[in-house]
Amino acid sequence: MMLEIGIEHYLTVAAMLFTLGVFGIFLNRKNVIIILLSVELILLSVNINLVAFSSYMGDLTGQIFTMFILTVAAAEASIGLAILVVYFRNRGSIAVEDIHLMKG
Amino acid sequence: MIAAICFYIFATILVGSAIMVVFSKNPVHSVLFLILAFFNAAGLFVLLGAEFIAMILVIVYVGAVAVMFLFVVMMLDINFTELRKGVQDYLPIGLLIGVILMVEMIFIVGGWHMSDGIATIILAPTPPLSEVTNTDAIGRILYTDYIYLFQIAGLILLVAMIGAIVLTHRKRAGVKKQNIGDQVRRRRGQAYEAIDVKPGQGI
Repeated sequence: MMLEIGIEHYLTVAAMLFTLGVFGIFLNRKNVIIILLSVELILLSVNINLVAFSSYMGDLTGQIFTMFILTVAAAEASIGLAILVVYFRNRGSIAVEDIHLMKG
Repeated sequence: MIAAICFYIFATILVGSAIMVVFSKNPVHSVLFLILAFFNAAGLFVLLGAEFIAMILVIVYVGAVAVMFLFVVMMLDINFTELRKGVQDYLPIGLLIGVILMVEMIFIVGGWHMSDGIATIILAPTPPLSEVTNTDAIGRILYTDYIYLFQIAGLILLVAMIGAIVLTHRKRAGVKKQNIGDQVRRRRGQAYEAIDVKPGQGI
């Protein structure tokens, strides 16, 4: 049982990663960088799920969608970091609580 | 046997480095642990037979996204100890939500099974590895069935690139730069001045 790696093993690893990502968002509520890293962890867990299903069901579509998720994650990270850099230039800190000052 | 041992090694390091991403005090260490997590996830993908995705993960995530995070973390001069202050307050609620989420997902994984008719609805069956490699098989359906999504993915990257440049580009005062318009607009009269110097008087 332990040495027979099935799809459940991969799903469990992905579930643990997802939980850690959500946990990281709650834990580091002041630090935008760690929040972005946690979002990357969540997307990685989704990718593991897709590739595991793709592999065990013999359907390549999951791997195609993994590539699209990678694309969107890269775009999201670049835009998020750009906003972070602009925000830091204007305010001199990246504290999340102050971001509500941006509304207007 | 070896595959199982590899799976457990990769999975353990993956989850351990994910824990360190969340808990480490220094964001630079967090980014480095994220890179370790991506490498181990790539190892899991290789075990699953998705070599192309594994290599893409290493190249795109470790080579581009993680290095970009590292640049930003090191470039911004941030007081990180200040940002760690609220962690103790958020720990109980975070743990509560994490445990609830984990239990729910364990329920899902525990009570889940493949439907009987699953073999009939497969969109793109994986060809046997002896005939077509993984990269070849992905290319064959990515550039045919999913060509529009592929193009839209390229557009998303283009828009993200333009957006990042527009957001972060700024004009600094006091920096001398070549202005081609000014150079072209310059007329002969502005370029030199003819002075009629009287003999013996100087200018």
